[in-house]
Amino acid sequence: MIEFQNVTKIYESGDKKVTAVNNINFHVEPGEICVFLGPSGCGKTTLLRMVNRLIPITSGSIEVEGKNINSMDIIKLRRSIGYVIQHNGLFPNMTIEDNINVVPKMLGWDQNRMKNRYSELMEMMGLDPGQFQKRYPYELSGGQQQRIGIARALAADPPVMLMDEPFGALDPVIRDRLQNEFLRIQKEMKKTILFVSHDIDEAIKLGDKVAIFDTGKLMQIGTPDEILSNPKNDFVRDFVGDDRALKRLTLLKVRDLMVLSDRFRKSRLNSEWHGQVISVNENLKTALSQLLSAPNGEICVVDDHNKKLGVLCVSDFNLFTEVHPKDISIVR
Amino acid sequence: MSGKKTEKIVKAGLYVVVISILGWAYFSGAFQFIIDNPKDLLYLTGQHLKLVGISAALAIATAIPLGILITRPKFKKLDWIVLNFANIGQTVPSLAILALVMSYFGLGWQTAIFALWFNSLLPILRNTVAGIENVNPQIIDAGKGMGMTSKQIFFKLELPNALYAIMAGIRTSVVINVGTGALAFLIGGGGLGDLIFTGISLYDTGIMLSGAVPVILLAVLLDVLLGKLEKIIVPRGLQRTLEAA
Amino acid sequence: MEILEFVQANWPEILEMTLEHIELVGLAVGIAIITGVPFGIYISQKESLASLVLAVAGIIMTIPSIALFGIMIPIFSLINQGIGFLPAIVALILYSQLPIIRNTYIAIKNVDPNVRDAAIGMGMTTFQRLLKVELPLAFPVIMAGVRTAIVLTIGIGAIAAYIGAGGLGGYIARGISTSYAVMIQVGAISVSILAISIDVLLGKLQKRFSSV
Ligand SMILES: Nc1ncnc2c1ncn2[C@@H]1O[C@H](COP(=O)(O)OP(=O)(O)OP(=O)(O)O)[C@@H](O)[C@H]1O
Ligand SMILES: [Mg+2]
Repeated sequence: MIEFQNVTKIYESGDKKVTAVNNINFHVEPGEICVFLGPSGCGKTTLLRMVNRLIPITSGSIEVEGKNINSMDIIKLRRSIGYVIQHNGLFPNMTIEDNINVVPKMLGWDQNRMKNRYSELMEMMGLDPGQFQKRYPYELSGGQQQRIGIARALAADPPVMLMDEPFGALDPVIRDRLQNEFLRIQKEMKKTILFVSHDIDEAIKLGDKVAIFDTGKLMQIGTPDEILSNPKNDFVRDFVGDDRALKRLTLLKVRDLMVLSDRFRKSRLNSEWHGQVISVNENLKTALSQLLSAPNGEICVVDDHNKKLGVLCVSDFNLFTEVHPKDISIVR
Repeated sequence: MSGKKTEKIVKAGLYVVVISILGWAYFSGAFQFIIDNPKDLLYLTGQHLKLVGISAALAIATAIPLGILITRPKFKKLDWIVLNFANIGQTVPSLAILALVMSYFGLGWQTAIFALWFNSLLPILRNTVAGIENVNPQIIDAGKGMGMTSKQIFFKLELPNALYAIMAGIRTSVVINVGTGALAFLIGGGGLGDLIFTGISLYDTGIMLSGAVPVILLAVLLDVLLGKLEKIIVPRGLQRTLEAA
Repeated sequence: MEILEFVQANWPEILEMTLEHIELVGLAVGIAIITGVPFGIYISQKESLASLVLAVAGIIMTIPSIALFGIMIPIFSLINQGIGFLPAIVALILYSQLPIIRNTYIAIKNVDPNVRDAAIGMGMTTFQRLLKVELPLAFPVIMAGVRTAIVLTIGIGAIAAYIGAGGLGGYIARGISTSYAVMIQVGAISVSILAISIDVLLGKLQKRFSSV
């Protein structure tokens, strides 16, 4: 659990004062990914770096796992929080293995434990431990380097992770792949993660919660669905974009739409279905896209065992706005 | 490819030039002097090495700590002054430094060491400061964020990552020092400059070359050796990136 | 104060020596620019040659100046020019080549490949591209090389006095051989002032050009 209470940061350079973070209040539950989202210069990085005290707080307080960070030993605090930055910050003078073992070494782990942890992390990241062990960061691709950056932050198994645009410098294809891997890993790890991004799509995809900031102020915090279906003000509405309804489609699955009605006309299912087929677990964006290209405007929904469940057509999407996160979680 | 061909021709030409210089040096009696007076040459070479070695060691022992000191946050304000001083100092011709030092402290071995020390101080100092200051701030940030103490940041990150620049500074400085060391004879420091200047004033090519050739060999040899040392000392992860720069 | 008196008594000679020094350096670096810049451009287009040339130039730089002067003497005495201006200038040209060739090469290599692509895409010939795009962009770095060369040559030029090339090194040489401290100091200080002031001047010039 991370709790921000009246957190304010004022930078003073010369006689100029910049309020980078303005009286922020919210909390992040254990095991949650909270994405900080907002335009450049809105204070995301500043807020993030206050958590491991790379930037001192001007006023207010931050609590990590129930303890005020200012009352903790700064070095201990930092060693208990994983930290990942955009250009990975790998140490060029150290091998991949040494990079990953930096924090365990400082914590005084024995050789065997470090070796095992290294192999474990590399496998988790989908990289061959032996192949990379003695290599140096420059000998890796950008995507590989970023994976090592994440592995390094995870090394000592910290309960909390801070990530500042960790996928920002990667090309879209690699970024997408790493995001998926990251979600897969997080499913097992259940870390409490603060994640800075300025990409709305990334925030929707990764965040359990999304916090939107503008010039140091918290505009809205909520689940991606809440943000997309109920933007609190004009700033949030503008920021998430005119296509927010379309973006919301990616959050929902075909099954979510199905529970709402019986209008998935079983009756229209004849035993010989010749048209297109879609899995009930596919997201609604894909479903809509398939529908738009289906010759007769209908597709057949099937479950994991390829059993036909019903027929979906474009008009079913009328129900879309009525689908709410709560309904979904009940059904799930 | 014509490029390869030109390269071959240039290379061959180079060998021809070097060999003909050596051959011509031989026939002009340069090596005769060496053959006749092997002890002189050995003695002067030893003296030269001592001059260069002691002054370089002193320069390393002073310049690196000074460079580290002025890059610490506490002394950050001083680094501007020191670097400006170093920049100007490096513009001053080495002969002028030697001559000035000598005009105040008189002829002698210590004077020569002092002048050579001063002369080799600046490249090392400048490179130490530049090397430390050019360490990617993101690396330092990552280290801090991971909970490294400032001591750990210095020894594990700043120093290893600055090593390439520091070593380059030492190498430059030592190679220059071998040459300046040849001038040390003028201010009573002895060394191989003895043969060079004696040869010049006597119009004796043989004596002159028996000083000049060893000085050149010494400079090239030390350059190569320090290059090898650099490869050993500088972390391998840094060597490729910096070569490309 | 003795220094001031000395300067007062000998300023015409000091001036003459300074001019001689500038002439020596100017001529050497001038020739080095005329030969070094085109050569640097040439090797920037011929990669296989570049590493070799730069290595050779690097070796020349490691040759101590007095040793190089020493070698020049017997070579030039073959044409009866053993001591004096000619061997000195040739050695100085050799020295000032390296920073100029190297910086020209690096500067042209470092021109943004996108800019180069754009120029090629616009249909420029190699020569037009060099003249209109690469050289102007490379200019500040080449300037930096020239600056290094000049400062270097002023220093080495002082040593050239020992092979009879004239210039401010003359005072130092004469002062040392006659143990005349004031003369040494005047020679050393004036050559230092020359080097520092020209360095500062060129630095200003460089800033002006690189800001364009
Ligand atoms: N050290 C500093 N001194 C003064 N002002 C600063 C400092 N660091 C950041 N700021 C200012 O604080 C504000 C917030 O900066 P911050 O780096 O937190 O933005 P950000 O949301 O992370 O932006 P980006 O998406 O571009 O990374 C900006 O206006 C910035 O100019
Ligand atoms: Mg930021």
